[in-house]
Amino acid sequence: MTLLSVAALSVSIHDTPILKDVSLSVAPGQIVALTGESGSGKSMTALAVMRLLPEGAEAQGRIALAGADLMARTEAQMCAVRGNDIGMIFQEPMTALNPVMTIGDQVAETILVHGAMGRAQARDRARAVLARVGLPEDRFPLSLYPHQLSGGQRQRVVIAMAIALRPKLLIADEPTTALDVTTQAQILDLLKGLVAEEGMGLMMITHDLAVVAGMADQIVVMRHGAVVEQGPARAVLSAPAQAYTRALLEASGHRANLPEAAPQGALLQVRGVSRDYRTPRKRLFGPHGTVRAVKDVSFEIQKGERVGLVGESGCGKSTLTRALLGLEPVQAGQILLDGQPVYAHGHPNLAVRRKIQVVFQDPYGSFNPRHRVARLITEPFHLLESPPTGAARERAIAEALTAVGLQPDDAGKYIHAFSGGQRQRIAIARALIIRPELIVFDEAVSALDVRVRAQILDLMADLSRQYGLTYLFISHDLSVVRTITDRVMVMRAGEIVEAGPTEQVFDTPSHWYTKALIAAAPRLPEGIGGSDAARPAL
Amino acid sequence: MVRYALNRLISLAISLLIASVAIFLVVEVAPGDPASYMLGINAQPDTVAALRTELGLDVSKPERYLTWVSGMLGGDFGTSYTYRAPVAQMIADRLWVSLPLAIYALTLSTLIAFPAGLFAASRRGRAGDMAVMGATQLGVAIPNFWFAMMLVLVFSITLRWFGAGGFPGWDAGLGAGLKALTLPAVALALPQAAILARVMRSALIDILGEDFMRTARAKGLSRRQALWRHGVRNALIPVLTIIGLQFSFLLAGAIIIEQVFFLPGLGRLVFQSITQRDLIVVESVVMLLVFAVIVVNFAVDLAYAAADPRLRTRT
Repeated sequence: MTLLSVAALSVSIHDTPILKDVSLSVAPGQIVALTGESGSGKSMTALAVMRLLPEGAEAQGRIALAGADLMARTEAQMCAVRGNDIGMIFQEPMTALNPVMTIGDQVAETILVHGAMGRAQARDRARAVLARVGLPEDRFPLSLYPHQLSGGQRQRVVIAMAIALRPKLLIADEPTTALDVTTQAQILDLLKGLVAEEGMGLMMITHDLAVVAGMADQIVVMRHGAVVEQGPARAVLSAPAQAYTRALLEASGHRANLPEAAPQGALLQVRGVSRDYRTPRKRLFGPHGTVRAVKDVSFEIQKGERVGLVGESGCGKSTLTRALLGLEPVQAGQILLDGQPVYAHGHPNLAVRRKIQVVFQDPYGSFNPRHRVARLITEPFHLLESPPTGAARERAIAEALTAVGLQPDDAGKYIHAFSGGQRQRIAIARALIIRPELIVFDEAVSALDVRVRAQILDLMADLSRQYGLTYLFISHDLSVVRTITDRVMVMRAGEIVEAGPTEQVFDTPSHWYTKALIAAAPRLPEGIGGSDAARPAL
Repeated sequence: MVRYALNRLISLAISLLIASVAIFLVVEVAPGDPASYMLGINAQPDTVAALRTELGLDVSKPERYLTWVSGMLGGDFGTSYTYRAPVAQMIADRLWVSLPLAIYALTLSTLIAFPAGLFAASRRGRAGDMAVMGATQLGVAIPNFWFAMMLVLVFSITLRWFGAGGFPGWDAGLGAGLKALTLPAVALALPQAAILARVMRSALIDILGEDFMRTARAKGLSRRQALWRHGVRNALIPVLTIIGLQFSFLLAGAIIIEQVFFLPGLGRLVFQSITQRDLIVVESVVMLLVFAVIVVNFAVDLAYAAADPRLRTRT
């Protein structure tokens, strides 16, 4: 029996086709994964099922829930379906909850709005459901507000709201993308348990094939608003019929071909560094509190080395990065680049600052939209005493753009003309243009689709070969760190808990936290994806 | 929450202290001698000397400050030079007009703005929204004294529903007092309502794009339910800010409207005492207005915390 059946669904927004002839079905107790790159129409499919498409969207086709046609329902009838028959979980737990309403009220609201039971009973049910998703009342009273919870806990509240009335169908749109890897594992377990115990159908949207591999019974691969391939998970993953699916799998397990490192003497020395932050005063004239975000961290990066730094959000990675860049003073210890401090006399030390460049995560937010590419990538020139001008400047621009696989002509364009992957190439060109000794990649590939990510990783490997790069690669994504670094450091609660050669740390982790991280990371089954199939692609 | 309120209260006291010093310095100490300034350039030296003694200017400045502040704390604001009357009494009389007028106008403007903003936001881009936005544009653009005169023309002179001006005093009864304040309050309220409605609309539209509004819809709330239950309270913070600012403005800024309607309010008192160089009155009224602004801000801070639990833990 089918629970949800979508047949020949097409959606257009102001005459632009968004979805083309999408058909899929979900059975009770089944997990169906919708996967594909950004813009492939995964979320639109979910919103179409909920009949919550953005204004101006027109849908055609058939959507049936347990045999009943949803497309024929009025808006008022759909309100009775949403939350009652179909529950939905969203990507961003930090913003998916109303900040001014208690979690108890928000969960109870799902029950009350459908008039399923009285106020007192609804509260009891809310209590029970929150306990079911791992938020028992003794530790998480119903009177808590969302801001008092962590991201993973908030996602549990969102799940509790979605399952409060035991819907037949649960739709989860990238439910763990914004979460840390250990939290992700817990939330995925919770979802699997709910499907198994309650017999719900789960339509799960995710771009992460490793997550799909661990969860789904059925896979639907989408691209440009159409279904490319669908079938049982095992079959699609092990023997994909379509070239696109193969390309996605290949890119997911992609391993860049990094040249051998040739370390040649210390470049960056970090000695006993601690970084404190002030917390607000407790009383008006009371003393500030302090939080130590980085605790007594020491390490060295040799010239020519590629070092990874992994850890979950809040572990101090970003704080450490800012200190390395000399943007903020440290409260204890020393950071030396080529033997000189990166921060001196109350400001970044410019003599050293030009030797270090950074590539940030967000390829959309880290460029000024009103400047042309030539100006954007020559920004680091202001760090030089005598920046190149005229023909030399043009040459430097052309060379940097060519190095990252773009055309010299691109210098005259504005940033909006480029895709996310191209923007990240421009960001790398910007970092390369003054030939820094050290580049810091701060989550530089985390926002990219898998195929683009694979290309950028290859580019980094190429550049390493050409220019003998030294870099620090900061990421929460273990599989990427594994392919692109020689040495790795694992950070937890402001401390480096383990460090060593990358392969060694990943194959035989010694610290419990490293073990937990590696165990929690979703992985593709052996033999799927990657150019080096013999290796377990983490 | 109690701690938050206490903290705000302490900073309120500090603000008042700083404000009193600033006002004292500006009015009494800054340029020249208040006595000769008040009497003008043709004054006789002995008249100036007499006034200096009367004003207490012959003692040291810190001493004068302390006398002034302690006087105010005890309800003694000094004696007006031009009216020869206790300033405290004069202010109290005027406050009995200005304060009810401000509250009346603010109530009216809130009552108009909230539904208008909600209505416009829920029909964004449609005819209803366009109509409300057009009306508020007009409300912002029209000068309130002209609007006040039009009100007088229509409701006093043509229809004869209200008097054209003046205030009978509260002794004449609550109804008579409110009736006399109605046209001024409407004249004051409409431009404020126009601004407030626009703020309310844009705050709500911002909220409508929030993820939690989509979550609310996914739970099965209708558009309207989602707007009411999740939108309005989240939109309150910017709206409260504007209401606070407007109240402070209405208390002292009603001067033109008070002139149009011949109302014996605070605005007129300030205006008259400035033209008559009655510095004692100016000083006291300014201090009172500063006090009002600070107290209103305190109330707005408390309202913030009531509206948004995230602010309660901050100090």
